[in-house]
Amino acid sequence: MSTQQKPDPNRDAPILWARNLVKRFGRVTAIDHCDFELYPGEILAVIGDNGAGKSTLIKALSGAVSPDEGEIHLDGRKVQFSSPLDARKHGIETVYQTLAMSPALSIADNMFMGRELRKPGFAGTWLRKLDHARMAQIAREKLTELGIMTIQNINQPVETLSGGQRQGVAVARAAAFGSKVVIMDEPTAALGVKESRKVLELIQEVRDRGIPIILISHNMPHVFEVADRVHVHRLGRRLCVIDPRQHSMSDAVAYMTGAKVPDEAPAEVAEPA
Amino acid sequence: MTTRHTTAEEYERDLTGAPSSQAEFEERRSPIQRVQHLLHTTPSLVPLFVLLVSVAGFGLLVGANFFSAFALTLILKQVAVTGIVGAAQSLVILTAGIELSVGAIMVISTVIMGQFTFTYGIPAPLSVLAGLGFGALIGFINGNLVARVKLPPFIVTLGMWQIVLAANYLYSGNETIGSDQITTSAPTLQVFGGTMQIGGAVLSYGAIMMVVLVLVLAYVLRHTAWGRHVYAVGDDPAAAELAGVKVKRVLVSVYTLSGLICAIGGWVLIGRIGAISPNSGQFENINSITATVIGGISLFGGRGSILGMMFGALIVGVFTLGLNMYGTDPQWTYLLIGMLIILAVAVDQWIRKVAA
Repeated sequence: MSTQQKPDPNRDAPILWARNLVKRFGRVTAIDHCDFELYPGEILAVIGDNGAGKSTLIKALSGAVSPDEGEIHLDGRKVQFSSPLDARKHGIETVYQTLAMSPALSIADNMFMGRELRKPGFAGTWLRKLDHARMAQIAREKLTELGIMTIQNINQPVETLSGGQRQGVAVARAAAFGSKVVIMDEPTAALGVKESRKVLELIQEVRDRGIPIILISHNMPHVFEVADRVHVHRLGRRLCVIDPRQHSMSDAVAYMTGAKVPDEAPAEVAEPA
Repeated sequence: MTTRHTTAEEYERDLTGAPSSQAEFEERRSPIQRVQHLLHTTPSLVPLFVLLVSVAGFGLLVGANFFSAFALTLILKQVAVTGIVGAAQSLVILTAGIELSVGAIMVISTVIMGQFTFTYGIPAPLSVLAGLGFGALIGFINGNLVARVKLPPFIVTLGMWQIVLAANYLYSGNETIGSDQITTSAPTLQVFGGTMQIGGAVLSYGAIMMVVLVLVLAYVLRHTAWGRHVYAVGDDPAAAELAGVKVKRVLVSVYTLSGLICAIGGWVLIGRIGAISPNSGQFENINSITATVIGGISLFGGRGSILGMMFGALIVGVFTLGLNMYGTDPQWTYLLIGMLIILAVAVDQWIRKVAA
């Protein structure tokens, strides 16, 4: 195995880790004996070329795909997710690239989709009445905490929001319910410069609140701006984990494209392939 | 907002230079946009407005007779069955489906209620339950074919329409059970034909059933998790699934409930026409779609309100009675209703543009 690890003795135990994950689709091996660690309170970026298998790795961690081999441990316990819902119940929230929101429904409706709060007492128990007021209040609090209250009306439909605001709501939803880990898949891919900036702030805000984040992104400047560590994925497995403060973006691109091998001392910068 | 970050990391210093006002919600609305936005949030306003205008219009055209409590409650009575079946249709259309077998389910339920009572001698209340259960069962089958076998709703219900209608004729032997026979030996079947008189208004129990059913469904759709899930599934099933909605279960429950409501419509139909005929209610599938569409429920799913559907059914009723009282060729009704359908969908498309 060419996987190079940099164990940090000062760290706590990883909150989420995986060993020897394998996933095959027919004759294609999408992840090939891959290891993975996420430590408490960090932003871990996962980068890799198209087809490197990073999205399959993320799907395995978020429950969308079940690995053929290997094991995943969350918070010191071995876990096996049968679905994204299952992973969610364990405290892993995913912000999908598509955001997974219902455009015609309100912000509050979307934030509580699938985990609505019912009114206490007779109305809630027997008439199954939702507590719209409380859900709106919590939604507003969550958005305010993350500093995205440029949204005036929590009951306005999501489709009336800008792309950045929608992303903000999706992040707020994940942060509100993701008790252990938040996974973000290309959160800035569809956004403009200003909105990306806002979302990057949000990601750091969530991290500062103590929730570790797995960030999947193709955008190197964004990765290097917010990540504490960068997991470089290549040919179905982890090639190395680099510290963005000690490596350049060119290094990262060189590693992930195979132009450079991380075992060598990263003194000189190789040309990206 | 940018001063929130106090950690001394290099990259965050740049953030203070970034403008803090991104992604603001701009308040720049012309009166037309305000109307568009209002309709977007309250979709039943259009059919309500059209309903009021058409009542007023026919009042002017036909004269004071049209405003009489009797005439207005007659409309309610006439649209009761369409309104109930339309409620079933609305639920399915909210999930971005279509239910072509509503009329057939309704008719076969009436036939089962009748045959069970008169051929097998089962007590009428039990026969009614059997009819309701059978309606729900067909809906359940439709729901599973749509949600689990993943067939398009149009195809599933088109096929089911033929199957159920044929089964209805085969089972009943194309035989009508007469009104007198029902009245003397099984009045339970006709219970919705009963009326109550309040002044000049004659409210049939069928009409009351329609209003109550629509109000209950409006509550359920607005105020329960299941209701919100119905909208979410119609809006974007993939997103709903990822957000934690059990999409298949919601779809099956919607079609099952829809089948049950059709059977209730059948029960009301017996009260309305008195007899049980396998030939009745032939056009209820089209009528229910008409009411739903005129009521502003989007055929693309996820938008609209069931109250709008009821207003839509009432609009059709007002046109039918109004033109009848005015004494024109009834074809004018169909012509105008046809125009209303196209207009309603055009308005729906316009409202959707609020999203863009």
